Amino acid sequence: MIFWKIFIAFLIPNLLAYGGGPASIPLIEHEVVDRYGWMTQSEFSEFLALANSLPGPIATKMAGYIGFEVGGFLGSIIALFATVAPTLILMITLLNLLHKYRDSPKVMRLSSFVLPAIAVLLITLTFDFAKSSYESNKLIPTILMIVGSYLALEKFKVPSIIVIVVGLLIGGFLL
Amino acid sequence: MKIQIQLFKAFFVSGILGFGGGPTIIPLLHKEVVEKYKLMTDDDFSDVLSIGNTLPGPIATKMAGYIGYRIGGIFGLVNALFASVMPTVLLIIILLNSLKEFSNSDFINNMSKGVIPIVTVMMGLYAFDFLKKSHKALGLKISAIIFLYSFITIVVFDLHPGIIITSLLILAFALPAKGGKAQ
Repeated sequence: MIFWKIFIAFLIPNLLAYGGGPASIPLIEHEVVDRYGWMTQSEFSEFLALANSLPGPIATKMAGYIGFEVGGFLGSIIALFATVAPTLILMITLLNLLHKYRDSPKVMRLSSFVLPAIAVLLITLTFDFAKSSYESNKLIPTILMIVGSYLALEKFKVPSIIVIVVGLLIGGFLL
Repeated sequence: MKIQIQLFKAFFVSGILGFGGGPTIIPLLHKEVVEKYKLMTDDDFSDVLSIGNTLPGPIATKMAGYIGYRIGGIFGLVNALFASVMPTVLLIIILLNSLKEFSNSDFINNMSKGVIPIVTVMMGLYAFDFLKKSHKALGLKISAIIFLYSFITIVVFDLHPGIIITSLLILAFALPAKGGKAQ
């Protein structure tokens, strides 16, 4: 059943994503693209580019939009519920326990041990996106665009929404 | 009622101005909740943030749900979550569906090609960020070991990343903690 699949597809990534929203991106991609095939790799990357340059939490923008595309209004609500509710319920019910142990080395290690694995997933996703850019834009435009957007985002600190709009225009006129 | 309106405004503003997701939302939220509406003290806010960070999942919604619940009960929880999540979700659904209306035009189709290299860079920057965080939290040696373990299992053997992360969580809990700081 589609609603159950939507629930699971967003529940698991968000239960594992230590390090906030960005950590859930490759995990959600794995479910949505590789496992359930609701989007292709390039659809996902185009969606993510826009989602990432709009305001608000990235995890809920992914859940709300993908849930809506796959299962309509109810799908959107279910994906959002799966994203938000489980850890929020844990936080409210276990508050005293968490408060007591938040500085314990083991609890701190829970979130830090996962960081290198998330880095591996993000690196893999970066290569997948580079490949899909190479497939649709060829080599030279891909390299120019990657270098250009790196300089804009990282060196000149141009707001990502502006970089994306320029990217859309370059795509429309030149690619 | 006044408190519910303040909650709504605080989470609406921090969500809609938070370009860059969770990490940029937190300082905005601090400004609204602690400085502007004085719904919580500074210490309470940092406390909630550090507790939120012991759990997985998006930090912005954990903050919204918990602060909303503490200040305004169940209705406050729903109110704060709604204010922080719904405006941007609606925005992206409407924006992308209006783009799709024109998806038979070549111009719109080509436009989307132009953003794939940009999102590649965004993900690369996130990856670098996580490498830096893990270096800071774990040191070079442990980071490298966990990195190699994850790389081999996920990339070479193509195992589900969820299994690998679960195994790391179990290890984090089961391995003896050094330094004698444990309770």
